[in-house]
Amino acid sequence: MNDHAQNDSHFKRELIAFRIADQEFCVDIKSVREIRGYVPATPLPKTPSYVAGVINLRGTVLPVMDLGLRMGLKAITPTPRSVIMVVKIGSQLFGLLVDAVSDIVSVTEEDIQVNPDVTNDRSRSFVSGLMALDQRMIAIIEASSILPEGLAEAA
Amino acid sequence: MKTILTIDDSRTMREMLRRTLQDAGFGVIQAEDGVDGVEKLAGSQPNVIITDVNMPRMDGLTFIETVRKDPANRGIPILVLTTESDAEKKARAKNAGATGWIVKPFDPEKLVAAINRVAA
Amino acid sequence: MTGMEEIRQTFFEECAEQLDELETGLLAIQDGSADSETVNAVFRAVHSVKGGAGAFNLDTLVGFAHTFESVLDLVRSDRLETSEQVVSVLLRSSDVLADLVTAARDETAHNAAAVAEVSMALEALLGDTSSGSGSSAEDELDGLMGDFGFEPVQVSLDDLIGPQGDNRFRILFKPNRDLYARANESMVLIREVLSLGSGEVVCDMSRLPDLDALDSEEAYLSWGITLETNASRGAIEEIFEFVDEECELTIEDLNETEDEPASEDVDREVSELLAMLSAGASDGSNSDDDETDFDFASVGMGIETDPEPEEDFDEPGFAAPAAIETKHEPVAAPAARKPVEAEAGPKDAGEAGDDKKAGAPPSTTIRVDLERVDRLIDLVGELVIHQVMLSQSAQKAGINSSSEVILGFEDLEMLTRQIQDSVMAIRAQAVKSVFQKLPRLVREVCAATGKDVRLTTEGEYTEVDKTVIERLSDPLTHMIRNAIDHGIESPEDRIKAGKPPVGNICVSAAHRSGRIVIEISDDGAGIDRQRVRAIAVNKGLIPAGANLSDDEIDNLIFLPGFSTREKASELSGRGVGMDVVKRSIQALGGRVSISSQLGKGSTFVLSLPLTLAVLDGMIVSTGDNTLVLPLTAVLETLKPNSGDIREVLDGASVIRVRERFIPVIDVARQLGFTTTPSDAREGVIVLVESETGAGQALLFDAIQGQRQVVIKSLEANYGRIEGVSAATILGDGRVALILDVDALTTSNRLDAPSYNPFSVAAE
Repeated sequence: MNDHAQNDSHFKRELIAFRIADQEFCVDIKSVREIRGYVPATPLPKTPSYVAGVINLRGTVLPVMDLGLRMGLKAITPTPRSVIMVVKIGSQLFGLLVDAVSDIVSVTEEDIQVNPDVTNDRSRSFVSGLMALDQRMIAIIEASSILPEGLAEAA
Repeated sequence: MKTILTIDDSRTMREMLRRTLQDAGFGVIQAEDGVDGVEKLAGSQPNVIITDVNMPRMDGLTFIETVRKDPANRGIPILVLTTESDAEKKARAKNAGATGWIVKPFDPEKLVAAINRVAA
Repeated sequence: MTGMEEIRQTFFEECAEQLDELETGLLAIQDGSADSETVNAVFRAVHSVKGGAGAFNLDTLVGFAHTFESVLDLVRSDRLETSEQVVSVLLRSSDVLADLVTAARDETAHNAAAVAEVSMALEALLGDTSSGSGSSAEDELDGLMGDFGFEPVQVSLDDLIGPQGDNRFRILFKPNRDLYARANESMVLIREVLSLGSGEVVCDMSRLPDLDALDSEEAYLSWGITLETNASRGAIEEIFEFVDEECELTIEDLNETEDEPASEDVDREVSELLAMLSAGASDGSNSDDDETDFDFASVGMGIETDPEPEEDFDEPGFAAPAAIETKHEPVAAPAARKPVEAEAGPKDAGEAGDDKKAGAPPSTTIRVDLERVDRLIDLVGELVIHQVMLSQSAQKAGINSSSEVILGFEDLEMLTRQIQDSVMAIRAQAVKSVFQKLPRLVREVCAATGKDVRLTTEGEYTEVDKTVIERLSDPLTHMIRNAIDHGIESPEDRIKAGKPPVGNICVSAAHRSGRIVIEISDDGAGIDRQRVRAIAVNKGLIPAGANLSDDEIDNLIFLPGFSTREKASELSGRGVGMDVVKRSIQALGGRVSISSQLGKGSTFVLSLPLTLAVLDGMIVSTGDNTLVLPLTAVLETLKPNSGDIREVLDGASVIRVRERFIPVIDVARQLGFTTTPSDAREGVIVLVESETGAGQALLFDAIQGQRQVVIKSLEANYGRIEGVSAATILGDGRVALILDVDALTTSNRLDAPSYNPFSVAAE
């Protein structure tokens, strides 16, 4: 699937890479259930600003988070290229609004540099590792850390 | 294989009978009360019938009387399953046409022995 | 052992059903609506519990059930009258039985004191009628207590095949006609005897009459058996256990009776036996048997039982020699399998069953995993939404409203509604399951308060969604407690008030305009409005001079922290007030109201939706947001005249409705959708019922209409949001939030206590 995967003899992880503003992130493909185009969300009252609202996912009321705001970056400005990644953590389903999904990368643990000391304080708490891919620098995010505060323990 | 028709309104008792009898190599037909028993009997030819006494809709004694009225069923041995072991109740069961009785709770070996004493 | 575990589970499931049956029956006995079948059913329930418990060695349970059953047996046989006192003991016994079952199931300790106390009460009832035969009582218990008892236990299997060898028995077996009438078979019994060892059988056919005189049901044959066996006499007797009254049986131990060793001369023995037999038969009435040439036709058979004994005995030749076989065929099978009477048939069975008229025929039901039903409900919900979306797009596309497409959509809409209703009905259950718990509750509360209350229930087969049922139990329990504790007076006070000492509480359920209405009425003291008012003032719930209608005063008891009892009683004073009841009912989309008459009693009316899966909603909008208001909360809608609105402060306002000022809740602002106050004169006001029973005014931009919406949980994937109870999906596919009116109005009250409606009374 990816050139960089060929010479690796160890376990491979498949990750979905996506963009928020000019930064690249990725999450483990196993936690992503589907990717769907942007639809406007119904705002929820009295929720943190990064909770964009809820959308109808084939009959399920799906909360959607603006991952830009969640990471302490700027809010996503919806465009036709914006997507909602539907992730499942524990028994909870929720959507992550990002600017665009770029590709799927396959890496081994060796490719990943853990405990990175980059990016701002806010997003650092979500980033579990960094990897360099060609000219790209991709931060790996643990999906479970993205849940809104106070809901994480319920997952 | 010999087939036993068991009639009891208690699911628990039906299950215990079924397991015991099947383990002993008998085929089992189950009914939930006298009325059900009569219906099940019409569609089968059990070698022995085991019936409870206290049941809704039709009790065991009425069931036995009903079965015995039909000449075709006179020869089917019927064992009464009962916790009531006193003579008076046995006599009532016999008068209705019962062949023998089994006292609850039953010991599997005794149950099988009782069946052998009546099953041709 | 897993098999046994399964049966054990079945047993406890069944116990639960039997206990329900028991209680229902006892209550019918109490209110006099019982017939004999009710009493039988009650007896059967306890009997069944006892029977199963015996198999699991649940001795305490067996013992108690046994005593209980003995008393019920007296009732059943009309030897004990069901006086009020007796029924009360029976009801307490059913509670104890239920507790014992629970204790046995959970393997926890039971309340030994309660068991002992109620057992004594039962014993006392047994003692009262001790003149009657104690019959089933004691002898039966022995068989049930402890390990598998098989009564009468005469011998163990070890005795049957004891090591101490050669016993020789001479058995004379002379069946009478009853033996065959009960489907016992001489052949089978003899086969069983021979299976104990080896021996010889002689058949006496001397009493066989002529063919013409032959009664096919009479027993003419008798047998003599000489048995060599390791088994004891008891083992032989046990074989004949079922027929001891239907035959003459002599078992002679040849080892004991004969000094000299057993003779090899079997013939001699046989002829002795036959002599005895013929002696017994000679006084028979078959006088014209001279022509029969088989007076003493005897058959000697030496049978080794080990090789296939059954086949040997199944042969027809066994009973009679060939000569007879052809002539008197039926003799071999006196049980007469041939039709004799034609009048009786299986149809009698059916009629006999009907005669019992023991209630409804067994319902044909299936058990379905709840998840499957819910999945179906979800899918049908989707279907409804898509159907609405489709018809909306068709309308948008400008299709003529009388065209086939639109008409087709109307049919489709009707069908989907019907499907939805049918699917909802799957989840529906009778409120019986909740009502059934009430009698016990009433007994317990009565015992704790020293009051005497008769409970009647109506409409227990009224159906409502399972979830509603599950969540109805707590509030209903509390309301009953409240009714007994605060409503019903003590027997002395009732007598003083000229009422019968026993109070009445009636709980009824009925369907009314698409909702279920549950009424709890008592004939107690009613609400003392002066006192309620004084307490509310005392507790600062209302200003001293507040001008309240009777209705409003009554509703004060639903205010948080209100309790009319100065000293909290053991039961309803646990800090759980009627406010909690009201809140939990409202959380179900329901309403509570109360009406009361001093000295006559009070009636609480709960009105609840039939399902929590759909809701009749009013679709409203504010700004870009579309919201749903539960229609049940809506009292009225109005477009305010500018003169009716009065600004208070900070952009807040009140509206004048029928001589009263009601604070206006700006919903968009309350929910935090906007910070700019909306102008009440530009929008619409929806009056909703608030906690105090007085109206509260919600302000929206516009009302879009009314619609049934499918309720979607927000909590599944997100969590609880204040002011929002759930969400739904509208026809355009977007999510709309369903407002929690109670929370909206409550938070308003807390945020702005100065808007207490009672503080701004218009003149």
